[in-house]
Order: sequence, then C-alpha cells, then structure tokens
Amino acid sequence: MKIAVCIKRVPDTEMRFAIAADGKSLDQAGLKFDISDFDGYAVEVALRLTEKDGGEVAVICLGPDGVQETIRKAFSMGAARGVQLKADAIPFDGSAIAAALAAELREGGYDLVLFGRQATDSGNGTVGPMTAHLLGLPCVTAVSHLELGAGRGTAHRELEGIAEVVEFPLPAVLTIDEGIARPRLPSLKGIMAAKKKTIDVRPAQLGEARLTVETMALPPERAAGRIVGEGPDAVPELVRLLKTEAKVL
Amino acid sequence: MANILVVAETRNGELRSVAHEVVTAARQAADAVGGEVHALVFGTAGAGAAAADALGRHGADVVVAVESAGLEKYDAESMAATVAARLGSGGYRAGFFAASAQGRDLAPRVAAILGVSLASDVTEVTLSADALVAKHPVYVGKAIATLRLTGTPALASFRPGSVSAADAPRSARVEPMAPAADPSASRVVVKELVARGDAKLDLGEAPVIVAGGRGLRAAENFRLVEDLAAAFGNAAVGATRAVTDDGWRPATDQIGQTGRMVNPTLYVAVGISGAIQHLAGMRTSRTIVAINRDKDAPIFKLADYGIVGDLFEIVPRLTEEIRKAKGG
Ligand SMILES: Cc1cc2nc3c(=O)[nH]c(=O)nc-3n(C[C@H](O)[C@H](O)[C@H](O)COP(=O)(O)OP(=O)(O)OC[C@H]3O[C@@H](n4cnc5c(N)ncnc54)[C@H](O)[C@@H]3O)c2cc1C
Ligand SMILES: Nc1ncnc2c1ncn2[C@@H]1O[C@H](COP(=O)(O)O)[C@@H](O)[C@H]1O
Repeated sequence: MKIAVCIKRVPDTEMRFAIAADGKSLDQAGLKFDISDFDGYAVEVALRLTEKDGGEVAVICLGPDGVQETIRKAFSMGAARGVQLKADAIPFDGSAIAAALAAELREGGYDLVLFGRQATDSGNGTVGPMTAHLLGLPCVTAVSHLELGAGRGTAHRELEGIAEVVEFPLPAVLTIDEGIARPRLPSLKGIMAAKKKTIDVRPAQLGEARLTVETMALPPERAAGRIVGEGPDAVPELVRLLKTEAKVL
Repeated sequence: MANILVVAETRNGELRSVAHEVVTAARQAADAVGGEVHALVFGTAGAGAAAADALGRHGADVVVAVESAGLEKYDAESMAATVAARLGSGGYRAGFFAASAQGRDLAPRVAAILGVSLASDVTEVTLSADALVAKHPVYVGKAIATLRLTGTPALASFRPGSVSAADAPRSARVEPMAPAADPSASRVVVKELVARGDAKLDLGEAPVIVAGGRGLRAAENFRLVEDLAAAFGNAAVGATRAVTDDGWRPATDQIGQTGRMVNPTLYVAVGISGAIQHLAGMRTSRTIVAINRDKDAPIFKLADYGIVGDLFEIVPRLTEEIRKAKGG
C-alpha cells in the first residue's frame, strides 16, 4: 500500500501570540512550530497501515524551507519519503494549496491520500476535499475510525450527535479526525535515520489565491472575572449573579 | 446577479437551527447587494413545502426544493453536484453554508466543482459587489482574521451560533429543482447511521454546557455533571480530552482544539484545569463558570464567575439551587 500524507507546519498554540507589524500575520519572534495536530494523527494512521500490510508512507509539505523540519519529524516517526513543495509563503486560500498538492499527487500512484480534518492555524478544513476533487478521487472527511479491505475501506465519521459508517473504494482521499490514533513519539533510531534521508524539493505550482488575509487581530479580552467565594456556601451568590447579572438563567 | 443561495440543513426531515442562522446571515447580505435569498432544501417529496414557512420567516424569498428518494440523508457527492449546478446556473452572487459537520464536508466540494474559493467557518460577513469580507477565528481562536474573498459566486460557511436567527418574514415561493446527480451512483456509500448518546441536545446547539474534567476522578462521578445538566433542563454534557482519553466519556464529548468548538450562552467547567487546548474550544462562550479546588487553575483567568473548593461538595449544592431557580 502506497500512502501519501499531506502535512502542514504550524505555530504551536501554547505560545503567546502577538500580531506582526504588517497587521495581518503573527509576529514570528518566539514562535515554536510543529506538525499540525490532525496531520500528526494522519501520519500515525498511515504508519500503522503500512506496518500491518506493507507499503510505504510519503509526506508532502508545502511551504518555505522551515517546513523541512516538519518533514524530518515525520521521517523520525517512520515516513519513508518526503517532498517539500517550495513556496515563499503558505497561502491562506485552500484552493491555491489544493492545486499544488494535486499536481504533486496526481502521478504518484497512491492508494490512499491522507489529510488532517483541518489545519491548526487556518481552521479551514478545505484543502483535503478540494484536492480530492482535483484528483477525481472519492473523499471521506473527519474519519475517526478506519478499516481497509481488498480495494475498499470502511470509515466512521462523527456528525454532531450521529455517527456515519461509510464504505468507499480505493484509491481515496481521507481527512483524519480526533479519536483514531495519537502520534507516536519519534524514536532515537528514527531521529538518526531522519538525518540521513533526503527531501525532494520542487517548486509549488500554487493555484490563484482569491481568499486573502486583510488584517489579523487578537480576540477581544474577556472582562476580568471574579471568584465568587469558596466552597458550597458560595453557591447561592453564584446563582444570584447568573440570574441578575449574567442573565443566563 | 445579486442573489444568495443558502443550503438549509435538515436532519430527519427537520430544519436544524443552523439553517435559520445562515438564512438570517444571507438576508442581511442580500439586502446589502439588492438580491433575493434562495434556500435550498434536500429531502423526499414535500420537504420543500414543509420548510417554506420557517425559511420565509427568516427571510428566504424562494425555497429551492430538491426532492427525491435517497435525499432524506446526507449524500456528499450528489448533493455537492446539485448545489454546484444551482450556483452555476447564473444569478448567484454568493452561496452560504453552515460550518456544521455536514456543511464543512459539503462546501469545499462545491467550491472545487465550481473552481471558486471558500471562506470557511466565518462568524461575520459583509458582501459587496466586488468582494466578500469575513471574520474567521484562526490559530484555534487565539487570533481573528479578516478575510477578503473575490470571485463569483463567493462561498462562505458560518460557524454555528455566530449569527442569531432573526425574523424578516415573507412568504417564500417553492421552486422544485431536479437533483443534478443520483445518490445511488455516489462512490462513497453510507452503510449505517448510529445515534450517539440518547439523542439529547447536541453540544453545538445546547444553550448550556456542563463540562467535566479529570477532577471528577472516575467515570461514575459524571453523574454529578449529568444531574447538574438535567437541573438546567437545556444543557448538554461535555468533557476534556483527559476524560475522553480515559474512556470516562465518549470521544464525541471532547471540547477543545482537537474536539468540538462550542459557543453556548453558559459554560460550567467542573474540575477542569483550563489547558490552552481546552480553552480553544469554549473561550467564546458568553458566560463561563468554573469550579476548581485550585485557586490558581488557569480556567479562573477566563471564567466570569468562579468558586474555589471541592467539586464533590459544590456541584450537588449547585444542582439543588439551579433546580429551585428553575422553579422545579
Ligand atoms: C495536540 C493536543 C491537542 C489537545 N486537544 C485537547 C482538546 O481538544 N480538548 C481538551 O480538553 N484537551 C486537549 N488536550 C489536552 C490538554 O492539554 C489537557 O491535558 C487537558 O485539557 C486536561 O484536562 P483536565 O482539565 O480534565 O485535567 P487536568 O489538567 O488534570 O485538571 C484537573 C483539574 O481538576 C481540579 N480538581 C481535582 N480534584 C478536584 C476536586 N475535588 N474539586 C475541584 N477541582 C478538582 C484540579 O485542580 C485541576 O485543575 C490536547 C493536548 C494536545 C497536546
Ligand atoms: N501547506 C500545506 N502543506 C501540506 N499539506 C497541507 C498544507 N496546508 C494544508 N494541508 C493539508 O490540508 C489539511 C487541511 O488544511 P486546511 O484546509 O487549511 O484546514 C491539513 O490538515 C493538511 O493535511
């Protein structure tokens, strides 16, 4: 089984964020970067499938040279090949990214192409299904459970109070959700091996960007809250405040 | 050229609350560009007529009724083909979706078929002749981007709960439309639908959420959280990842960066420390209450009201007081 996983390099959300002088991006000073949450899950899913049934995992990451660090992380987890689609910056428009990923994936002969449900930075969740359409492949989004058989697969999706069980033919595009697999920690052996692997670098054939970030701001601060009191005796005062001040009862 | 098509989401033949929200958003945008609101409803025979009153109340001028066997449940491929065909038929300035689980699956497919871009999970939109400008939370809510989308039709999906459904009543005329593709030809086939929980309020729709964390110590203690939710009457139960990882609650209850993003009127956090990944999923709640025995727990920085102390003493008392307040 040949599996491609599209992975994105994103800022770690535990860092303190500030807006850059351009007013439309994050101040890069002091940011740490890592693989986007769900993309880490997707790499793990791919590794488990190939460990079980044989095959190879390739990761594809679009962006400036900093993304090589993210590709090496996937190497250290066990990915066999890595491709950087080189671009000066990662566009915000999912359809521009999808065009470049589809151009890379089209002739790859992959049985399965995995994405994250949505990227931790953009929160869009559009690149996976858009790429699937460009490739002409069936697509299942937000997969929280997966089983593969001969030429077919079964996936579970959680849809706000109901779960869907779907069947799909291979090759297919899947976007991976929470609940399916936590990424393994890179092993020391993996880290050593990752250093020796080479990354294929090709220019990204980005599509037209029609969706752009005009400005970015930090969210409005919440008004300072207060401790109503200690222990169960504070409960009546809390209920009074919920009723008369917050007016939520 | 100034009309707006809304995909009005249904479940079991009923409009979901997000449908009313998105029609409301579309009405405001259509008024700005001088167009009509067309609400597209999928279902079996009669689905369009059944939805017409409610959709008209929120400002739909036309209900586009796509009625056929097999369309009573979501089918991504055929529905995307139909919505794209309608949007491509001319006259549409924009297409609006809910950024619900279903809308998040459908909207990017429609965008790709049409070769246009999509502003996903937006909370506010301003539409003009040359651009759609939208607000969208990025970095799991740690920043807010103002996006500019060019091209026609401009597609946007709205975060559930970000728009309040409002009245703009008119009588909507029902226009039938034949589906552009047959669901039985779809490559991805839905084999089974399994109801989760006991079909209580979904986290995305509940006005009140009572969420529990590791402070509850064991699965059976979630009874305290459930009792409190029951006292509110209109509450759903949520959890942290620590809790769903330990199997105390189903994974679908997880709120946060890698779980559900929720937006209730009242969020009660019980025995939750307030890790950044949890806050990412609930920070936009209108009023936040925290109960934690550690006065330095980060959740108190976000909470409007906090009580410091042992949840095992505080929660039963709160349940009692809420029951009284609710007149029960
Ligand atoms: C990539 C990634 C994604 C993640 N995604 C999510 C996510 O989506 N959602 C999420 O929730 N987490 C997520 N996490 C995990 C997150 O970092 C925290 O580990 C988790 O939220 C902690 O859960 P908790 O508050 O229940 O537990 P803890 O942090 O252990 O907090 C328990 C709290 O209970 C209090 N307590 C204990 N006993 C009592 C008592 N008797 N009375 C009152 N208070 C008491 C303690 O003071 C403490 O504050 C993610 C982590 C990573 C790395
Ligand atoms: N720059 C990128 N390089 C590789 N994959 C990406 C990139 N951007 C997005 N993706 C993939 O698309 C998924 C969804 O991204 P988004 O649509 O931005 O939420 C991510 O989880 C990745 O799997």
